[in-house]
Amino acid sequence: MPQVKMTVNGKPASGEVEGRTLLVEFLRENLGLTGTHVGCDTSQCGACVVHVDGKAVKSCTMFAAEAEGSEVLTIEGVAAPDGTMDAVQQAFQDHHGLQCGFCTPGMVMSARALLADNPTPSEAEIRDYLEGNICRCTGYHNIVKAIMAASGQDVSTIAAQ
Amino acid sequence: MYAFDIERPTTLAEAVKHMAASEENQALGGGQTLIPTLKQRLASPEKLISLTGIDEIRGICEDDAGRVCIGAATTHAEVVAGAGAYPALAALAGNIGDPAVRNRGTIGGSLANNDPSACYPAAALGSGATIVTDKREIAADDYFEGMFATALDEGEIITEVKFPVPQKAAYMKFEQPASRFALVGVFVAKYADGVRVAVTGASEEGVFRWSEAEAALAADFSAGALDELSLSGDNMISDLHGSGDYRAHLVGVMTKRAVTAAG
Repeated sequence: MPQVKMTVNGKPASGEVEGRTLLVEFLRENLGLTGTHVGCDTSQCGACVVHVDGKAVKSCTMFAAEAEGSEVLTIEGVAAPDGTMDAVQQAFQDHHGLQCGFCTPGMVMSARALLADNPTPSEAEIRDYLEGNICRCTGYHNIVKAIMAASGQDVSTIAAQ
Repeated sequence: MYAFDIERPTTLAEAVKHMAASEENQALGGGQTLIPTLKQRLASPEKLISLTGIDEIRGICEDDAGRVCIGAATTHAEVVAGAGAYPALAALAGNIGDPAVRNRGTIGGSLANNDPSACYPAAALGSGATIVTDKREIAADDYFEGMFATALDEGEIITEVKFPVPQKAAYMKFEQPASRFALVGVFVAKYADGVRVAVTGASEEGVFRWSEAEAALAADFSAGALDELSLSGDNMISDLHGSGDYRAHLVGVMTKRAVTAAG
């Protein structure tokens, strides 16, 4: 089987993969990074969003071989090494941005990609950006609120739910 | 998925060689349609030839004729950021799928697949674009041959798409709310020598030009010029999301909205 090499969360990672091995399978099964979730496996739900070379992608809809030589960031690489959460993670905790937590890794990775592009998004821009991330607890209000808070904006105007 | 190998060539010449090696080999763009198709075992290639590592078919520029030329392996997100010279095209690209899909999906992949509800076929046909392959140039009018069917030969690879920039243009998509594909999408573009109206999502024959609307708009580029026109629902897609008659009606509505938006 062919070898694939990439950098995952700042560390070199390599392994043998089949052509059909998805990036999410490589992350979860070869590297044991199970924070990235597989929800729908049809590229609709966004639970598997990771960053590849700084761009948010659905890791269930990309082959591991396509990430050869890339820099991959997963939810495990977001907090500081001592476990201190980053601003988006902390805001999700502060604003109850998760219920069952299944969609959360993808939500956090998408939110970070949004804030990298647009540091102070409006509520409408956040909702638009999260089009490809589904929360089946329907906890969207607090997710949106958390992302606004993470961007340093006043969240008192967001409808309380 | 059935098992297959993946090749990641870095030059077009290598990719062409891989494609010629076997009829069972399949080109892979961003994979946002092909990977779900493989998961459903609707395709079983021997080898996938990934085109996204080929720098020479990626990127956006303008040619001497003022056309916006987009490399086939350019992602939708890169078109949003880089096709400022053709704002209606950049806006269309920015409303395909979702942000993560736009970071992977490519214009060449979309046009090679020719999904009857995809957005890019409407832009290419509505702009009278030229589809460049490793072998030849194909006018958009000769390229689209029905649902998922194109003029591409076995193993032929799209390398670039050249869009003449119109005086005015807009794309209006009525989204199927679950998939966000176009239930009906209409691309209207006004050029010095005429108006083009391309419709996606509606017809059983895939993307098509609405020639009656083009003639009416050439005489009077206003939504009101379309008041007397209607399309038959007979050859329109009819499914649980909408009947053929409903789609035919939507074509008229979305064309008017596109004309208004184009200004």
